[in-house]
Amino acid sequence: MEETIYKIQGVNGPVVTVTGGRGLPKMSLVRVGDERLPGEVVSVRGTQSVVQVYEDTAGLRAGQPVWPTNQPLSVMLGPGMIGTVYDGIARPLAAIEGMAGSFITRGIDLPALDTERKWDVTVEIQDGDTVAEGQIFARTQEGEIIEHRCMVPPGVSGRVTEAKPSGAYTVTERIAQIEDDRGRKTPLTLSQIWPVRKTRPAKERLSITMPLFTGQRVIDALFPVGKGGCAAIPGPFGAGKTMTQHQLAKWCDADIIIYLGCGERGNEMTQVLDEFGELVDPKSGKSLMERTILIANTSNMPVAAREASIYTGMTIAEYYRDMGYHVALMADSTSRWAEALREISGRLEEMPAEESFPAYLPSRLAGFYERAGYMRTLSGAEGSVTVVGAVSPQGGDFSEPVTQNTKRFIRTFWALDRALAYARHFPAINWNTSYSEYFDACAGWYEEHYGKGFTALRARLMTLLNEEANLQEIVKLIGADVLPDDQKLVIQTARAVREGFLQQNAFHAADTFTPPERQMAMLEVILHLYDRGRELTAQSIPLSQLEKTGVFAELSRMKFGMGEGKTREDYMTLVDRAADSVREANL
Amino acid sequence: MMRIEYTGLTEISGSLVALEGVTGVGYDEMAELTLSDGSRRLGRVILIDGDRVVLQVFEGTDGIAMDAVNTRFTGEPLRLPLSKEITGRIFTGAGQPRDGLGPVYASERRDINGSAINPVSRQYPRSYILTGVSAIDGMMTLIRGQKLPIFSGDGMSHNELAAQIVRQARVSGDDGDFAIVFCAMGVKNDTAEYFMNDFRESGALSRCVMYINMASDPIIERILAPRCAMTAAEYLAHTLGYHVLVVMTDMTSYCEALREFSSSKGEIPSRKGYPSYLYSDLASIYERAGMIRGRSGSVTLIPILTMPSDDISHPIPDLTGYITEGQIVLGRELSQKGIYPPVSVLPSLSRLMKDGIGEGFTRADHSELSNQLFASYSAVMDARSLASVIGEDELSAVDRKYLRFGDAFEKQFIGQGLREDRSLEQTLDLGWRLLSLLPRQELSRVSEKVLDEYCPMAE
Repeated sequence: MEETIYKIQGVNGPVVTVTGGRGLPKMSLVRVGDERLPGEVVSVRGTQSVVQVYEDTAGLRAGQPVWPTNQPLSVMLGPGMIGTVYDGIARPLAAIEGMAGSFITRGIDLPALDTERKWDVTVEIQDGDTVAEGQIFARTQEGEIIEHRCMVPPGVSGRVTEAKPSGAYTVTERIAQIEDDRGRKTPLTLSQIWPVRKTRPAKERLSITMPLFTGQRVIDALFPVGKGGCAAIPGPFGAGKTMTQHQLAKWCDADIIIYLGCGERGNEMTQVLDEFGELVDPKSGKSLMERTILIANTSNMPVAAREASIYTGMTIAEYYRDMGYHVALMADSTSRWAEALREISGRLEEMPAEESFPAYLPSRLAGFYERAGYMRTLSGAEGSVTVVGAVSPQGGDFSEPVTQNTKRFIRTFWALDRALAYARHFPAINWNTSYSEYFDACAGWYEEHYGKGFTALRARLMTLLNEEANLQEIVKLIGADVLPDDQKLVIQTARAVREGFLQQNAFHAADTFTPPERQMAMLEVILHLYDRGRELTAQSIPLSQLEKTGVFAELSRMKFGMGEGKTREDYMTLVDRAADSVREANL
Repeated sequence: MMRIEYTGLTEISGSLVALEGVTGVGYDEMAELTLSDGSRRLGRVILIDGDRVVLQVFEGTDGIAMDAVNTRFTGEPLRLPLSKEITGRIFTGAGQPRDGLGPVYASERRDINGSAINPVSRQYPRSYILTGVSAIDGMMTLIRGQKLPIFSGDGMSHNELAAQIVRQARVSGDDGDFAIVFCAMGVKNDTAEYFMNDFRESGALSRCVMYINMASDPIIERILAPRCAMTAAEYLAHTLGYHVLVVMTDMTSYCEALREFSSSKGEIPSRKGYPSYLYSDLASIYERAGMIRGRSGSVTLIPILTMPSDDISHPIPDLTGYITEGQIVLGRELSQKGIYPPVSVLPSLSRLMKDGIGEGFTRADHSELSNQLFASYSAVMDARSLASVIGEDELSAVDRKYLRFGDAFEKQFIGQGLREDRSLEQTLDLGWRLLSLLPRQELSRVSEKVLDEYCPMAE
C-alpha cells in the first residue's frame, strides 16, 4: 500500500477532518481510513481539509491514513448503463449484491461499467481521419433498442492513429489514438470519465418547440413540459408525486429515462424495477427497462452520496443527450437532496439561512436545473434533457425554501393538492394553481398532433374551469340549488371535465395512457355538451331535464369507453340525442 | 487484547463526557465507564477531534466526578446479543434484560445500526395481512413488509387499535411463523402494562420480544431502543424466517429524545428545534422493514406516534409520512363521537395496497369499491360543511342521501368492536351495502360491470 501524508484528525457523522501537507485539493475524491471509504473534499483551511464521506463512518479512528486521488468525483460513461441500477455515486448495485449479499457493506470500489464484457463495435474511423470533440467514432447495440454511440471526449480532437477495425472490445480497450497538433496522444476507448459536478458541453442551446408527450391528460392538455424543459411536482406526502413520476417514466416519449430515487423508499425502487421489467414500451414493443437507468440512493443509504446522486444522474443524462437522444430525468425527490445539503452544511457548522438550509441552496438548485435543455450537440445532432423534479415540502406548505427556490428555475409547476388526493382525484394536480410556460412555444406542435383548433379549445376549457372555481366559492356558502341554470351548467360541465378528463386511473388498462387525438376528441365531446346545454338553458328549459338523461355521468365514464373502442362520433351522437330528446319534450 | 484504561474526564455536559489524550478509538465505538463506587455505565463515541473524544453516556452523567472515573474502550460498536431464545423476553432500550432472567446466551451479536438493504435485493411486498378491522382491510390494506404508521393524538385509542391488530393479524395462506417485536419508547408504566397484559391474554407473549424504555428511563436508551428492536426483527425475519410484526410506540417520544440529545451536543437546530438529520435518522429505522428476495421472512412495521396538538404537518408525522408507505390517521372528531377505531379515512392511505389487492389477492371488486368509498365519503364532507351553513333542510335530495350514507358509514363500517374480527368478505359486502344508499349515477368510480355484479342496488 502506497504511503500517504494525510491522516484522519476528527470524525463527526459523515464529516471527517483530515490533516497533512498543504491540504487536499478541493472537490477531489479521497479514500478514507483502512477500509478506503470514498469521500469528497468540501473545504480546506491551512493544513486541515474537511471531507464528506459517502459511507457510514463508524469505526474510523484518528490517525488512520487518507489517500488522495487528485481527481474530482467522476463517473465512467460508456455502453452497459441501460437497465442498470446504481447507487448515488454510480456503483452498480447488482454487482455490490454479488460481492456483499443483500445488505450493503462498506468500502466496495466498483466502476460503473462492467470492464470484462466485450461489445460488438462498429468502428467508424480509420488512421489519418481527423476527429473533433463529441464526434461519434463507434457504435454498438446496447440492449435491444438503444444504439450506444461512442463519442470522442469533450476537449479532445486531432488525427487518428493506430485505429482498430470493428470487432469485440471491452470498455477500457484502446480503439485508437488521437494525436493533436502538438503531437500529444490521447487514447480513445469506448468509455470516458466525466466529473459529475461539471456540465457537459454542447454546441448551442436551441429553443423549445415541442412538449414531452406523456399520455397524461391533465399534463399534456393543460400543463405540458417542453422537451428540454424543467418541471416541478411539489406535494405533501400521499398526494401522488411518486405515482405521477412513475406514470411519466412509463409513458413519456423520451428515448431514455433516468429515474433517480434520491432519499426515497427502498420498496419504491423495487417496484420500479419489477414493473418496468414487465411493462412493454408502446413505441418499441420491448421491456421498459431497455430504456431506463435507475439511480437508487434510498433514504437509509449514506447522506453524502444522496447529495451527489442528482449530479450522477444528470451527468449520465447529458451523456446520452450528446449521442442525440431525448432523455427525461425524473428526480424523486429534490427536497431530500436539499436536506442532505442542509445536514452536511450543519455538520460543517456553516452559517444557516432560511429554515437552516445553507445560503447556497438557490445557486445549487439553479446549477442543477440549468443543465436541462434542448441542445445541438457537439456532433451536430439534436438531443435534450428534460428534468422533472419532485419536491416534498414540509407539511405540504409551498412557501418553504426548496419549493420557492425551485419555482424560480422551472417553467412548469404541477401543484399537487391534498384535498384532491383525499377525494382520490388522481393525478391530484390542482388546475387552478398549476401552470406551464411552455404551451405557447409548443402551440404549433399541438395544432399538428392534437388537431386544428386545439389552442382555442384549451383556452375555452381553462375559462370554464376558472369560472367553476369562482362559482364553487358561492356554492360553498349557499348550495348549488339556488344558482341559475346557466351557472349550474358550468358546474355540471366542469364536473364532467374533472371526472371524465382530468382524473385518470393509472391502474386501468384503458385509461392509463391517452393518445393526442383521443384527448382532443374527449374535450370536443365535453364542450359540445356544454354548447348544447347552453342552447337549452337559453330557451329556459330546466337543466335538470338534461341531467336526467344521464349524459353527464356517461361522459364521466367516457375515458373508459373510448379506451375500449367507442369513438368520438359515438359520443357526439349520444350528446345530440340527449339534447334533442330534451328539446323535443319541451316543444 | 489488552486495552488501555483512561482515568478521569475533561468535561461533563448533559449526557456527554469528554476525554483527552485518547488514541486508537473508533467513531461509534462503545466504552465502559467505571465509577468510584464500582458501578458501571455504558458510553458511545459520538465525536473524535484529534486526541479528544466525546462520549454519550447511556445511563446519564449524574453522580459522575471528573477525576474518579475509569474509561475503557471496547473496540467495537454496540452489538446486540441474539438467539432464538430472545422471544418471550423483555429488555431495556439498550438491550439489557429487564425481566430478571439473566443474559441472553448469544448465538450471534449484531451491530444495532444495521446496514441498508440493497435496493436490488428487496422483494416488492405483495401479500396482504388481514387485520379484521374493516377500515384497514377495506380501505388501507396492510401488506407484509410494509411500514404503516398510526398517526394519533393524546387520549385517542391508538394503543387499543395496535393491540387489536397484533391480536387479529393473520396472513393469507399461512406460511411461516409469526413473531412480534414490541418497542416502547418513553411510555407511561400503564401503557407498557396494557400491552403486556394484552399479549399475555392472547397468548402472544411467548412469541414476542419486548424492548421497553419507560418515560423515566434515560433518553439515550430511548434512542437505542428502536434500533435494538429492528436488529432483533431483522434477525428473526431474515435469519430465522419468521414473519415479524414490529410495533413501536411512541415515536414522538423518540424524536423528542433525539432533539434533547442533539441540542446537548450543540448542533444547529432545524425545524421546531429538531436536528436537521431527523429525516435520515427516522429513515434509518423505518427503512429496515421489508422483505428480501430469496428469503422467507418479512419485517412489517407499525410505528405509533402522537401528533402534538393533532397537527399532521408537525415535523414528526410529516417526515414519517414521507418515509413510510402510507399512514393510518386517527381523528379527534370520530373519537369524540364514540366511534372505535376512530380511523379518519380520508387522510389515511396504504401505498402498497394497490398491488396487494384485487383478483388473486383479495377480491376482484376491492380496488373499485375502496376508490368509490373514498370518493363518496369525501362528498359527505362537502355536504356536511354545506349543511352547517345553510341547514340540513335546504340541502338537495342527493346531498341528504350523502349525509345518511356518511353516518351509516362511520357507525357501521369504520366503527366496530374492540374484539370484533371481521372477515374480508364481511368488510367488502358491508361496503357495497352502504354504497347502495346512494343513487347509482353518483357511483362514477366503479365500472358498470362491477356495479352490476356486486352492488345490491335498489334502482
